[in-house]
Amino acid sequence: MAINFDVTDIGTRENRLGSITGYVGDLKDLATQSRCGSLRGCSRCFSQSSTCLSGCALGQLGGIRDIAIIHHGPSGCSVTGAGLYSVTKQVASKRGVVNNSVYIGTDMDEKDTIFGAADSLRDIILEVNRRYHPKAIFVSSSCASGIIGEDIESVVDEVREELDIPVGAVHCEGFKSRIWASGFDLSDHAVLTTLVQPPKQKRNTINFKNFYESAREEIIEIFRHFDMEPTFLYANATVEELAHMSEAMATVCICGTLGNYLGNGLEERYGVPYVRTINPLGVTGFETWLRAIGKTIHKEAEVEAYLERERAIYLPQIEEVKQELKGLRAVLGMGPGYTFEVSRVLQELGIEVVWAAAWHYDPNYENGEVPPAMQYLLDNRPNFTVSVSDQQNFEVLNILNQFKPDMYLSRHPGSTVWAIKQGIPAIYVADEYMIFGYRHTLEFAHSVLDSIRNRSFEKNLAKRVKLPYTDWWYQQDMNLFLQHN
Amino acid sequence: MAKILDKQRYKCAMSSMLTVQAIERAIPVLHSGPGCAQKLQNNSGGSGYFSPNIFPCTSINEENVVFGGAQKLHSTIENALKVIDADLYVVLTGCIPEIVGDNVEEVVEDFADAEKPVILAQTPGFKGNNYLGHEWVVDAIIGQLLEPAEQVTKGLVNIWADVPYQDEFWAGNLRELEKLLSELGLIPNTIFGFGRGIKNIRRIPEAEFNLLVSPWVGLENVKKLKEKFGTPYLHWPTLPIGAFETSKFLRAVGEFAGVDGEKVERLITEKENYYYHYIERYADEFLETRVMSKKFSVVADAHYALGITKFLVNDMGLFPAKQFVVDDTPLEFQNAVRDYFNDLNYDIKAEVLFSVDGYEIHNEIQNTSYFGYPLIIGSYWEKEVAAKTNAHYLNVSWPVNERLVINGYYVGYDGGLRLLEDIYSVVKTRFN
Repeated sequence: MAINFDVTDIGTRENRLGSITGYVGDLKDLATQSRCGSLRGCSRCFSQSSTCLSGCALGQLGGIRDIAIIHHGPSGCSVTGAGLYSVTKQVASKRGVVNNSVYIGTDMDEKDTIFGAADSLRDIILEVNRRYHPKAIFVSSSCASGIIGEDIESVVDEVREELDIPVGAVHCEGFKSRIWASGFDLSDHAVLTTLVQPPKQKRNTINFKNFYESAREEIIEIFRHFDMEPTFLYANATVEELAHMSEAMATVCICGTLGNYLGNGLEERYGVPYVRTINPLGVTGFETWLRAIGKTIHKEAEVEAYLERERAIYLPQIEEVKQELKGLRAVLGMGPGYTFEVSRVLQELGIEVVWAAAWHYDPNYENGEVPPAMQYLLDNRPNFTVSVSDQQNFEVLNILNQFKPDMYLSRHPGSTVWAIKQGIPAIYVADEYMIFGYRHTLEFAHSVLDSIRNRSFEKNLAKRVKLPYTDWWYQQDMNLFLQHN
Repeated sequence: MAKILDKQRYKCAMSSMLTVQAIERAIPVLHSGPGCAQKLQNNSGGSGYFSPNIFPCTSINEENVVFGGAQKLHSTIENALKVIDADLYVVLTGCIPEIVGDNVEEVVEDFADAEKPVILAQTPGFKGNNYLGHEWVVDAIIGQLLEPAEQVTKGLVNIWADVPYQDEFWAGNLRELEKLLSELGLIPNTIFGFGRGIKNIRRIPEAEFNLLVSPWVGLENVKKLKEKFGTPYLHWPTLPIGAFETSKFLRAVGEFAGVDGEKVERLITEKENYYYHYIERYADEFLETRVMSKKFSVVADAHYALGITKFLVNDMGLFPAKQFVVDDTPLEFQNAVRDYFNDLNYDIKAEVLFSVDGYEIHNEIQNTSYFGYPLIIGSYWEKEVAAKTNAHYLNVSWPVNERLVINGYYVGYDGGLRLLEDIYSVVKTRFN
């Protein structure tokens, strides 16, 4: 599906890609239904809170250096800025740079919901510009400003005339999608339409879409072997770097859910190749990914030489720890960009995937294809049970209670503790590079081993706490509240 | 009217879901967008019996915006009662149902005969911040849950103080306030934190009086309790930190409760002797620092700004530079709050700025003469301006990052000592 660069509101993954948040079945059925277009997904008549797309959209944009976000809504919406502030300061300080970005709310009140606040918003944008001289400004709507029909688009058009920096509108009404990853697309779209400039010259750079660049030094070192310089996006990136993304040799990403809109957008508009492979997690993932990059930048021989050297160091060690992990059973719950990737790595390590829950599912990406990680599993691995839910902790706990796996793996804040309350070791795969390449695959395998070898913490806690769900719920099918649309 | 919210210090009214979370076995049921709870949760201390990611939520979608979300709210409450094992279900409304006009009262009324109580607090984000939202939740509890008591229990005192989670020290402070009242021979009753919950809520109407320790938050609640049950209240505006204010507090509470004056004085003497034993031992630390001026600023809600200012002036002999009150104190309370800051030893008066604009506050700090290294006690936002002004900096007010508070507290005699430990642990990182 072609990206429409002429609008600012790109809708949601549900509308654009047919993505879903409710499903129970298995991998093969999910793929078949995706291919024949019969996948409809389910809604729920009972649900627990999940996540707002605005956090993903503005959290991404807010990581860019020296810009301003203005979130037009009540003070609860803009609270993202308070948490983001400490993260941006810490990741900037780790890298030794300074990030002066600001995240400002407008504290909408009742009068504003009746009369609108376009004039105040305009004044606030100009005042923020006067105070901080940001390199770009993004203005976002919220549920409240969206429903009353505040025309942020016109306000942005107006101030753009007065300011000599890029100013963009981001449409973040939280009610429009249950898929918070729709927010990643909103941020990518805002960057593509507001900051990226047409190419003037090709550069030996690779756009590297990630979250917080924790493996920055190591990736720079890898790409140095191929005379390439990665530009990490968006945390700590400068507006100048983003302007030149169109001149890169390729776009790669650490998570397909996070990176596919930008990758496709840059390819479609500026011909920057988007490397669409399984992601560099685990052995197969890393090798497939790096070989595809090598092919794209015409450095196949260098890539093979590099892989050979690294394999000699790490593969024997990985093989050794695999012996200890063989036969363990896992349940995992993650965003779809990681669920199918981590499933593959677990199987690679000899761990059986009993159930994989994805927080949403995209039947295809912006290019119309089934996500590569899923395709790999279909082609190479045994079928397994899959559910799709927007976190929905009560469903996960029901699954864990039924299958009693050796471990639960998740990567969203607040999700691990519930597994350990049921006495099941939980592994928090938060950092996007936790399973990256050979070295981190080895580290990950050892983390898993350590977690299941000393279960004291979870046993101690589980023994003393009561679970928040009724016995009745544990006797129900986990899909009880799913309704076919 | 929309205003610039730069370095924000509060959240919206629906963050009062955390007030509900602080009540053991009470759960909020949110009629809101899918991500409100995730945004409004506290970063720390949230994974209790219930946590925000398991709060039932209608996760309002586009269809509900257009056609209404009452039906979804109904099925969410109905199933929450089946799935979640709670003692109290508090339905909270966010912005959307209040703008589109869902009849939530009617839906909640359908559950009047449910096995467990289901009550409603309307908390749309655009109607106020979480200090007000906290009051609205307590108001809903008073209005919809409490029945008049058969008799008043002599010595039973309800304590109302910090806003849970907005104040990182809420749990520790409440426990310490309870201890102080117990030592006066009173029976404290609080509803937040470990082992309290619905049984303590039920006891609220049988109290002899309500004790509100806060400059303005909660005043409406104790007034309502007086109106509904005739329970008198003592409004004590200052969070008592350290000996001077805690002794004053004990005298006031003792007198209001009719505790024998001699007993109160004996307690105070014992406590002050204990407290000053430590102050005496560490007085050289406080005096013989090369690196701290006598001037300080607090950037916090009225509750902490006042409590800490009084402690540092009346106990420690420091001097207040400008103090910053950042909780969006309603206009009708601002004069009273200002007056509290003028009631300091030696007729010292602390100048107060009410502001929600962090940029303005930081400019003020940078333009203030502290005559040496300043002491800035504030939120995480102040870390940066503290670095610019070479200040000693302690993060006490929201947002609190880069420190972990479990059951720490600053209230009372021991609380004063804790605050000194924290302040001088920062001071000691510098020689000159």
